[in-house]
Amino acid sequence: MFSLFRKDKKPAEPASAAPAAAPPAATSGAAGSRATGSQLGGRMVKLSMTVNGKPASAEIDARTLLVQFLRENLRLTGTHVGCDTSQCGACVVHLDGRAVKSCTTLAASCEGAKVVTIEGLAQGGKLHPMQEAFREHHGLQCGFCTPGMIMAAVDIVARRGASLSEDVVRADLEGNICRCTGYHNIVAAVLAGASAMAASGAAKPQAAE
Amino acid sequence: MSATGIGASVKRKEDQRFITGKGQYTDDINRPGQAYAVFVRSPHAHATLKKVDLSAALKSPGCLGAFTGADLASDKVGTLICGWMIHSKDGSPMKAGVHPALAQGKVRYVGDHVAVVIGETLNEAKDAAEKVSVEYESLPAVTDLASAQNPGQPQIHAEAPNNTVYQWHLGDKAAVDAAFASAKHVTKIDLINNRLVPNAIEPRAAIGEYDAGNDSLTLYTTSQNPHVTRLVLAAFIGLAPEHKLRVIAPDVGGGFGSKIFIYAEETVCLWAARKIGRPIKWTGERSEAFLADAHGRDHVTRAELAVDASGKIVALRASTKANLGGYLSTFASSVPTYLYAPLLSGQYDVPAIYCEVDGVYTNTAPVDAYRGAGRPEATFVVERLVEVAARQIGKDPAEFRRQNFIKSFPHQTPVIMAYDAGDYEACLNKALELADYKGLGARKAESASKGLKRGIGFSAYIEACGIAPSQAVGSLGAGVGLWESAEVRVNPTGSVEVLTGSHSHGQGHETTFAQLVSQRLGIPIEQVTIVHGDTDKVQFGMGTYGSRSGAVGMSAIFRAIDKVIVKAKKVAGFVLEAPEESIDFNDGIFSSKATNKTLTFPEVALQAYIAHKFTGAQLEPGLKEGAFFDPTNFTFPSGVHVCEIEIDPATGATRIDRWTAVDDFGTLVNPMIVEGQVHGGIVQGVGQALLEGAVYNKDGQLVTASFMDYTMPRASDVPSFNVAMTNTPCPSNPLGVKGCGEAGAIAAPAAVINAITDALGHEDIAMPATPQAVWRAASKAVEKLAAE
Repeated sequence: MFSLFRKDKKPAEPASAAPAAAPPAATSGAAGSRATGSQLGGRMVKLSMTVNGKPASAEIDARTLLVQFLRENLRLTGTHVGCDTSQCGACVVHLDGRAVKSCTTLAASCEGAKVVTIEGLAQGGKLHPMQEAFREHHGLQCGFCTPGMIMAAVDIVARRGASLSEDVVRADLEGNICRCTGYHNIVAAVLAGASAMAASGAAKPQAAE
Repeated sequence: MSATGIGASVKRKEDQRFITGKGQYTDDINRPGQAYAVFVRSPHAHATLKKVDLSAALKSPGCLGAFTGADLASDKVGTLICGWMIHSKDGSPMKAGVHPALAQGKVRYVGDHVAVVIGETLNEAKDAAEKVSVEYESLPAVTDLASAQNPGQPQIHAEAPNNTVYQWHLGDKAAVDAAFASAKHVTKIDLINNRLVPNAIEPRAAIGEYDAGNDSLTLYTTSQNPHVTRLVLAAFIGLAPEHKLRVIAPDVGGGFGSKIFIYAEETVCLWAARKIGRPIKWTGERSEAFLADAHGRDHVTRAELAVDASGKIVALRASTKANLGGYLSTFASSVPTYLYAPLLSGQYDVPAIYCEVDGVYTNTAPVDAYRGAGRPEATFVVERLVEVAARQIGKDPAEFRRQNFIKSFPHQTPVIMAYDAGDYEACLNKALELADYKGLGARKAESASKGLKRGIGFSAYIEACGIAPSQAVGSLGAGVGLWESAEVRVNPTGSVEVLTGSHSHGQGHETTFAQLVSQRLGIPIEQVTIVHGDTDKVQFGMGTYGSRSGAVGMSAIFRAIDKVIVKAKKVAGFVLEAPEESIDFNDGIFSSKATNKTLTFPEVALQAYIAHKFTGAQLEPGLKEGAFFDPTNFTFPSGVHVCEIEIDPATGATRIDRWTAVDDFGTLVNPMIVEGQVHGGIVQGVGQALLEGAVYNKDGQLVTASFMDYTMPRASDVPSFNVAMTNTPCPSNPLGVKGCGEAGAIAAPAAVINAITDALGHEDIAMPATPQAVWRAASKAVEKLAAE
């Protein structure tokens, strides 16, 4: 079944390459108090985090995954579940500025964190440059992998900057599976989106503020 | 061509909701009072169900109910159906076993449905499901297709002796045997078309809901064809009369065939909703999808090609065993028969063809249509045969193909199909140029200097799309007609809603269909909405599969628009006080030579609804027309794909260096979308050739049951593609479109394997050509060279 929060992951490892994506180790004051799997016996826990800039809190079963919390508690259904082994990447969100697979992240481990989902990417009614690039370059067909793809793509630019080669984009999309597009137009969209992010000043690595 | 009309690469209208996370897929829907279904699945491939004890589950916290096949039977719920009757060569009808939604007496594959448990929450349903106690008496399983019909093998269905569903054939055996007997050269190959798991990234899901006030049912489901789902659930499974059952297929996250079928889970959710009196939701997990979604392909074939002294193909013969799994899925019987053998002429003038196919039960998941459905299997046979034959007789593979191409149309093949239009040499010439075939020798030398082996592979495919002329498929055993319907509703302000029986799950119909309306009615594309996927809105439809929605679905819209224009001209005639026959309609403007006044389309729409300029005796008010379009022939997309690979013999790693695709899809409605369909299809075909393969062990356990074990193509496995088009319009529909959704998946496997065998210098490699398989084959090539 689902892996629990793994403390042994290196913080620098990108979510896209990690079979079990781990939240960053110490990016907020709350990190030290995050729960680990062995402490979670189906207890109810109180949880507070910031999701897309708004405070969100709830009392949840300690086993609740971040994706379940987002989809069922907050009804943010743009984050999808496409597998049960942390392979497909349809569930990628940003946790304190880094891409994680929310299907493999315990909600309780995100106490005090800042989470951004696909619904929070556009600002002030204006699409994020990466969203625009996916539409412009026909980087989606059925749309199911798209939220995770876009969140992963933004993370690639945040980690590596906007000057990306096709090979780098393809390698960094390792953790995101698309069955429709053959990746051709996704790669084109990510490259164009990266340039657009640079032009708009959005390509700077995101601070885990 | 207008900026938003036919032929324009219009950006997709549907993308806004998908890129902002506002799509609405089935699992995004929660209904008030919803409870959750979890299925107890068989861990055995073949076993007798001795006892299913639900008592502990029913006592589990939050459990609302638990049911077995006996409960469905006592409620007289019908069993799942296979909707295409195939007759064996002796004239007998296929021998199909019963396919209950929940097992009765026996289980027949790992993942088969034993019981359903309903819980207040998903976790409570899962906890309760773990408390269902099932006593199995394990039976020997048969999973090997090649030996499943042998005497002494376990018998899966009593109705089908030797696990044989049918022994079907097509073609003139005597003529083929005679041609082979006198042929100068015969090429023989044995092929395995590997079993695939479709793996749309959205898992299947269903919500059944019962409205006691109206005694009606609603099913939200991940379906490519909601109306057919409703028809089967009503007429065959008997859950509700058709008019009391609404099926909604909202946004659907890819299908590739696997969401055509009417499965156990949605049947049970709908039945349980009435039983429990609550909406019942089931969302499949990926592990369940691997076990119990219908798989694709899985053929074992011996094929032979007869060639005369001049290099002309004179006959083709194929004998195929097709794995149909533990039960017959909805269209399983048709895929390895009528969707396969009629394509064995490929693009070639083959005077005589004979094919025999045995449909075989095994203790594996049901096998049914998967992107291409029969046509990839046929293309793999033809294009491997042609390639090997060319090499054996020492002809250039491209020129051998050219020599044998069909060059005049229409062309009647010996296996049913009458090809209506095409220009195969034009595709080949363009492909050779774009692929720089002339420069291949230099590139091979350069690879060799680095210790690498370079190879090139062609695949000149053909497919039969635009499925299908209803009378023709009826005569071949289909249980349904395969026309499509459309309704064009013009609002008083001139905006338009099109209700279509096609279903979009990635194809972009909301854009392409609107382009047709925008062009023909001369209105902005923003003024057009495409409505699909709801049986309460769209009267009837046959859904989307077999690359049919452009050729058949859009043709129905085209015909409905014809009727709208005829009616609108009558309205304009009254308003302009000019004879109806004198009214012209161009670019959204009605005019008459009899007057210098004009009217816009919205003005005429308003006049149609206010009805002030004509009486009820003269003309009905309103502007809404419908059409059913039944094609007169299949369509025949074709093309040439050229794959060039480089193999590192030290590791067996195969890298696709370049891919050239030249396709003839007839008229292109939206080139951007068409190219996207080609890209996606190629990668599914590359996946089959290099990466994917569903493997059952001898006990019937699926050992490739997750994305960690079954290799899905990732971005780094493929290059960008060079995609180009030629265009011979299809004569059998008003737009001249042929269909493009499956082409890549049909063409690609043969192109890849032809390239690998070219690089290695021998033919002994099977799909998927994993690095290990290629490394072994490369080592064998070295040994062979040393021995010579």
